[in-house]
Amino acid sequence: MSSEKNNLKNSSYTDSSYETIIGLETHVELATNTKMFCGCALSFGAEPNSKTCPVCLGMPGTLPVINKRAVEFAVKIAIALHCKINSYSIFHRKNYFYPDMPKNYQISQYDYPLGSSGYLDVNMGDYTRRIGITRVHMEEDTGKLIHTGSSGRISESDSSIVDFNRAGTPLIEIVTEPDIKSPAEAKEYLVALRTLLLYLDVSDCSMEQGSLRCDANISIKKAGSQGMGVKTEIKNLNSFRFLQRGLEYEEQRQAALIENGEKVMQQTRHYDHITDSTKALRSKEEAHDYRYFPDPDLVPVFMDDDMVEGIKSSIPELPSAKIERYKSGFGLPEADSRFLASDKNTAAYFESCAALCKKDRLKSVSNWIIGDFTALLNKASISISSAKIKPSGLCSLIDMIESGKISIRSAKSVFEEMFNSGKEPQEIVKGKDMEQISDGSVLEKIIDDVINKNPSVVEQYKSGKEKAIGFLIGQVMAATKGKANPALVNEILIKRLKLNP
Amino acid sequence: MKIISGQEVRHIAKLAELDFSEEELSKITSQLDDILEHVAIITRADTSGAEPTSHTLKISNVFREDKVRQSLAKEDALKNAPERCGDGFLVPKID
Amino acid sequence: MRLNFLPAYELKNMLQKREISSEDIASQCLKATERLQGKLNAYIYFDKEHMLSQARAADAYLKEICGSFNKKDGKYFDFTGIPVAVKDNICTKDIKTTCASKILSDYVPVYDATVIQRLKSQKYVLSGKLNMDEFAMGSSNENSAFGPVKNPWDTERVPGGSSGGPAAAVAAGLVPCSLGSDTGGSIRQPASLCGVVGLKPTYGLVSRYGLVAFASSLDQIGPITRNVTDSANLLSAICGWDEYDSTSINGGLHDYCQFLYDNIKGLKIGVPQELMSGGVDAAIKESVNGVLKLAESMGAVVEMTSLPSFEYALSVYYIIAPSEASSNLSRFDGVRYGYRNRDATSLRSMYRSTRAEGFGPEVKRRIMIGTYCLSSGYYDAYYEKAQRVRTLIINDFKKAFGKYDVLISPSSPTTAFKIGEKSDDPLSMYMSDICTIPVNLAGLPAISIPSGLSENNLPIGVQIIADTLREDLIFKTAYSLEKAINFNKLPVHLYEQ
Ligand SMILES: [Zn+2]
Repeated sequence: MSSEKNNLKNSSYTDSSYETIIGLETHVELATNTKMFCGCALSFGAEPNSKTCPVCLGMPGTLPVINKRAVEFAVKIAIALHCKINSYSIFHRKNYFYPDMPKNYQISQYDYPLGSSGYLDVNMGDYTRRIGITRVHMEEDTGKLIHTGSSGRISESDSSIVDFNRAGTPLIEIVTEPDIKSPAEAKEYLVALRTLLLYLDVSDCSMEQGSLRCDANISIKKAGSQGMGVKTEIKNLNSFRFLQRGLEYEEQRQAALIENGEKVMQQTRHYDHITDSTKALRSKEEAHDYRYFPDPDLVPVFMDDDMVEGIKSSIPELPSAKIERYKSGFGLPEADSRFLASDKNTAAYFESCAALCKKDRLKSVSNWIIGDFTALLNKASISISSAKIKPSGLCSLIDMIESGKISIRSAKSVFEEMFNSGKEPQEIVKGKDMEQISDGSVLEKIIDDVINKNPSVVEQYKSGKEKAIGFLIGQVMAATKGKANPALVNEILIKRLKLNP
Repeated sequence: MKIISGQEVRHIAKLAELDFSEEELSKITSQLDDILEHVAIITRADTSGAEPTSHTLKISNVFREDKVRQSLAKEDALKNAPERCGDGFLVPKID
Repeated sequence: MRLNFLPAYELKNMLQKREISSEDIASQCLKATERLQGKLNAYIYFDKEHMLSQARAADAYLKEICGSFNKKDGKYFDFTGIPVAVKDNICTKDIKTTCASKILSDYVPVYDATVIQRLKSQKYVLSGKLNMDEFAMGSSNENSAFGPVKNPWDTERVPGGSSGGPAAAVAAGLVPCSLGSDTGGSIRQPASLCGVVGLKPTYGLVSRYGLVAFASSLDQIGPITRNVTDSANLLSAICGWDEYDSTSINGGLHDYCQFLYDNIKGLKIGVPQELMSGGVDAAIKESVNGVLKLAESMGAVVEMTSLPSFEYALSVYYIIAPSEASSNLSRFDGVRYGYRNRDATSLRSMYRSTRAEGFGPEVKRRIMIGTYCLSSGYYDAYYEKAQRVRTLIINDFKKAFGKYDVLISPSSPTTAFKIGEKSDDPLSMYMSDICTIPVNLAGLPAISIPSGLSENNLPIGVQIIADTLREDLIFKTAYSLEKAINFNKLPVHLYEQ
């Protein structure tokens, strides 16, 4: 059988029979004001070629000048990934012809990158995988090609149109060691990396718009065997799901080949999310020869300790440190801490609450954020930072619950109204007459009334059917429109039933 | 002795995106061979301890502030385009 | 004397005294150009009306600021109303910049090179764009898509290159001064062959922004003039830090005129024996020795010295320059600007035919050498090795400048050779730059000034080299020697025929 599809069905890849080795190369577009080497504004969705200048169009005679902030962002990223910041780094030219490259070379870094030898710890639930970072380097993005023809595919069009607006956008390339052992780990790595980058505030990390892009190298080998399998590279993995799916497909495909005694070819493949499979890109007649050499138009970047320290001091507390602090400082469970720290805005929200609340109420705060709040945010597709409920509002609500002013049940509807209107909880409770009735004398009257009206249920209770009390509580709650303090109702009811002969 | 073969010259021409006729190819092969033979004398130089110089300047850390400058008017960007399509540069089928 | 043969500094004085107008100068330059363009082919572009309108604008400005000439109010400049011709690899907004190549034959830049902006701020008059070897690759100006430039002293001979147009135009009195570019001698060698003054400044002193790159680590723009004073003034006008060029030097001097004094007493002069060897014509050695004697008579101390690594300089240059060029010239691909083969139906065939048809043979040759030297498997043996040998050459210079204030040598091993004489032998053509190349590899400043005429009436040039940013020593020495040599000859016979 030669068809890949058929082979796949017979695939015998299982977790134990093969070992998978994955390495990722991630490209991050930086959110600077201007491009890497010229003063053009970065733009998404501007008219084609309206954000270009002689430099980023590669016009004859133009020269690049490094954007200082892009270097600072790159150093931030490298530090956050525990990299060694190389005191000496230079830019190289990577030479190859392609119409989206204005100069037909890309200014990139080669043997002297800005950062190297770092790592990122990725939490996999029951274990943590430390993934080595080989290098963090700076380069410039290419322009965009629009292929004419109805399909928009390069192979089916007889011409293409080039838009250089994106050309020269600062890019950071982050290359991992081949330390990733499964597609799931690869996905979690990218999630963790994205979280980190958002914390650093260096990129919008929009995978849809291509500001975070990922290529993956994958090879498999029989468990325990020596050496390395032949690797393939998958391009166009522009979502977490596609990354994992593409790698899973490739794992299966390679295993099927090996099982059938065929060879895995070293090639570049493209993941197609519609067919959920990878396809080999037409292999080039010969391997690329990029003819890297130091760009004579640029001078070296020297990073001394002062500069690195200066940038370091601008790095905010990162997720790993937050998780530790939430656990040990606030006494939150691991899962809560991870959830809250997984998003910069959520963490900021939580910490605002923490500043207003008593420490023993933080678990409540966490519960509200993880539960109802997140559900409502997701439903409305908005970020916590733009939510109408302010931290003070959430804390007040929790105070009201804890002090018995309102019931949990009504609190949920109060919360929803706070979410929709942005009103303070006190205001909502007042307007709606929702304050919990915790006044014993008021409740006693209502309870007596319920007892009098339901003699048969009282009988049942007295004859030992203790569950019958539930019906009576329900009647009290109904009579108070849910405002009665349930614990108090229970207490008074038992007392009354015992008194009443 | 030949330093560079006709086959290598063909490969280099491909990397450099240059077409040569057969006649041109044989001429340039022999010229490149002469030149490369001449420049080979540098192999005699003792460069132990000599770092490569890619710059005679002793300057570093030349940066630009991240401030937006006016981009070109679109028409100026496209002014010299040999062929354009709308606001884009048109290229033939990518092969 | 006709205005077009007067030094720029004299024209400036006459403009200042309102004895003449800028329009007068422009008209006489134009007259000379119209008369000799057919003979010399020095210009690729000149436009009478454009030149005159610039001159009139300068005159209007001069009239407006009349009376404030003597006040140091920064309004009156050395080149206000003075024509300057510009090599056609320096970008001029809205004026074609072709690099003498078919691939850019219709290219109109949308921006001005920094040097042009600086001259514009002085209200200079652009007389036109000058012919050159295609992309500045050549030593004879025969590699131009617009035909060769002829040497004004003998129109059957080459003017040198690659700044053949800038040297010929100045020598023939078409314009008082011009801007050239020098990567391996492209200012000094043609200046020498045409009997004019050509300066290659310290790498980084003049912004390269807008100079179409040949070899980025070697290229430098510099003035070609008929005297040392104009050279100093023109350098002062164009030099200085530029935020658009990361390799431009921050700091440095801006008025080189102050170094124009006639005193080289005690000046220590080294003469590299490697540049006075067998490869150099006897007549040239003789002329240079004559200059050295003059220097001694003026109180300078002259000593022979050795810079042993110079024997590798030509080879290092012919690896590094083509390597950088192969990458710099990749952008000429028919996509964004320039010539394009419109018949090609696929991208790669468009690239290959466009470049094959757009570039001339020498440019293609150098792209091929450079691509080879950078390609995988050869990088270490060629490019990296050449960069290491480059370090040796720099170290030799360092040592020499520990002992000497300046080095003096011939500017070219030969006088102007016949058109066609070397055009089929790239290697022997490359030898033309043997005296000038080491200077570019080390990024140093050097000037070529005329030292006399050969028996067959061809100019000979002498080169003065100084340490990094020691243009002061260059000008002091050149100014003193210029006076002592008193060359003072022009190819006026051109106008008599
Ligand atoms: Zn730009």
